[in-house]
Amino acid sequence: MPKITFAAADGDTRTIEANIGDSVMETAVRNGIGGIVAECGGSLSCATCHVIVDEHDFASLPPMEEMEDEMLWGTAVDRAGTSRLSCQIRVTEGMDLGVTLPETQV
Amino acid sequence: MGENGLLIIGSSQAGVQLAVSSRALGYAAPVTLLGDENHRPYQRPPLSKDFLQDKITKESLIFRSQEFWDEHRITVVKGERVDKIDVTPDGTGTAWSASGRAFPFDRLALTVGARARRLEVPGADLDGVLYLRNADDALDLKARTPGAGRVVVIGGGFIGIEAAASLHSLGKRVTLLEFADRLVARAVGAETSRFILDHHRRAGIDIRLGSAVDEIVGHDGKVRAVRVGGEEIAADIVLVGVGVIPNTELAEAMGLRCDDGIVVDRHAVASDGTTLAVGDCANLPNPVPGSPAGGRVRFESVNHAIEHAKVAAHALVGRQEEYAGIPWFWSNQGDLKLQIAGLSSGYDRSVVRSPADPLKHSVLYYRGDRLIAADCVNVPLDFMAVKQALSRGVSLPPDAVADPGAPLKSLLAEATAPDEGNPSS
Repeated sequence: MPKITFAAADGDTRTIEANIGDSVMETAVRNGIGGIVAECGGSLSCATCHVIVDEHDFASLPPMEEMEDEMLWGTAVDRAGTSRLSCQIRVTEGMDLGVTLPETQV
Repeated sequence: MGENGLLIIGSSQAGVQLAVSSRALGYAAPVTLLGDENHRPYQRPPLSKDFLQDKITKESLIFRSQEFWDEHRITVVKGERVDKIDVTPDGTGTAWSASGRAFPFDRLALTVGARARRLEVPGADLDGVLYLRNADDALDLKARTPGAGRVVVIGGGFIGIEAAASLHSLGKRVTLLEFADRLVARAVGAETSRFILDHHRRAGIDIRLGSAVDEIVGHDGKVRAVRVGGEEIAADIVLVGVGVIPNTELAEAMGLRCDDGIVVDRHAVASDGTTLAVGDCANLPNPVPGSPAGGRVRFESVNHAIEHAKVAAHALVGRQEEYAGIPWFWSNQGDLKLQIAGLSSGYDRSVVRSPADPLKHSVLYYRGDRLIAADCVNVPLDFMAVKQALSRGVSLPPDAVADPGAPLKSLLAEATAPDEGNPSS
């Protein structure tokens, strides 16, 4: 199964087996990853599911659309070079993704 | 702590958040989350949008996995409608469901939400007159959609417009009737109403303002048309979205003070001093920093349900956290992503930023010199900047924001000290 590893800002990491087709945000929320808030439930309206994707995984993801890019300018913790909104990242076959959670989402 | 713990009535957005937050804050006693629907706790917002358009499955509406509930020792009960609550002066008691089950509690929370206001015209009880508040409503609407070519939507608020846009995208001929002289009058300013109206009309939705429905006309018990003035508009389905009514009946029976919702203090505590009431069903002191003193509000939003539940969870564990925050709202309507930061009611000046793109629209609202809100359509940059400015208690100069070429984020960076001291009062 695809795997996603969430590293909290304090260094705690948790690896979760994810379902193909779900978003990384959904995977996090259903399993209670605390650092993902996702107020809007994935409709690209709130920017509270911000993650910083591991450098070597970033290029393997489909590029982001303009709306996501704009929303990322308003995250609670300033965006980094490999920032994404996790509601826009779909879990794909064979995915082994590492993401770091920002200190806060709101 | 007693052995019965917290009973949360209503597995709504607020109920789920209260359960999760109480555990996060270290509440150790049992937590029971009780819902009257035969579904696991689910998200409502997509019901009028992606779920209605078949873009997502029912499964993706589910808030949390069963493993999560188990791991956090939260008992989720579905399909039990509470119709009686016995409570003692110390706040403990028992809730009884219609099926006769007893749910004893040490502390009670009401997250019972609101229900769709029913249309009161002749023919409103015909088969095919539908509402869209919960999952069963949405499943019913979806089941009937394939066989319906013509839909009349009554009500030009968020639900009505979102559903109209969704149904239109599915190829339906959609007429939307709004009683007032503009759309979403309760939530956005006049310029935004106009922008939304023009867009959806261009897209092909027949929107009629100032339209009072006289009657829903049926044939063999099924809806056939909607009569407005002298005209009959043919309809295979009529979808009604004319607002909601807070569910206060249980609270009233308990003797709690209710006035457009269950009246609570800044800590989400009701008039008996112990019962928590959270989310759409609660009427609370206006939490917006800088809002006129003494005002009360009742919000219908996800953001509020979440923030209010966190405040209630603090009260539950004996920590007095006051609710202060910037409310925000969103509404996805076909190609339009509307985002609202703050509350614009009571504004005395609005500044329209007019980007060259006809799909984009942004208005900032001021009371005096103070920025209080913004309506943004397809301009998330503006929305995020205003939300941050409001959270930090800074204003953005009205003259500068009028230039659509000036990024609000830069203006926000230039804005210095808060204009009314620390907003986190």
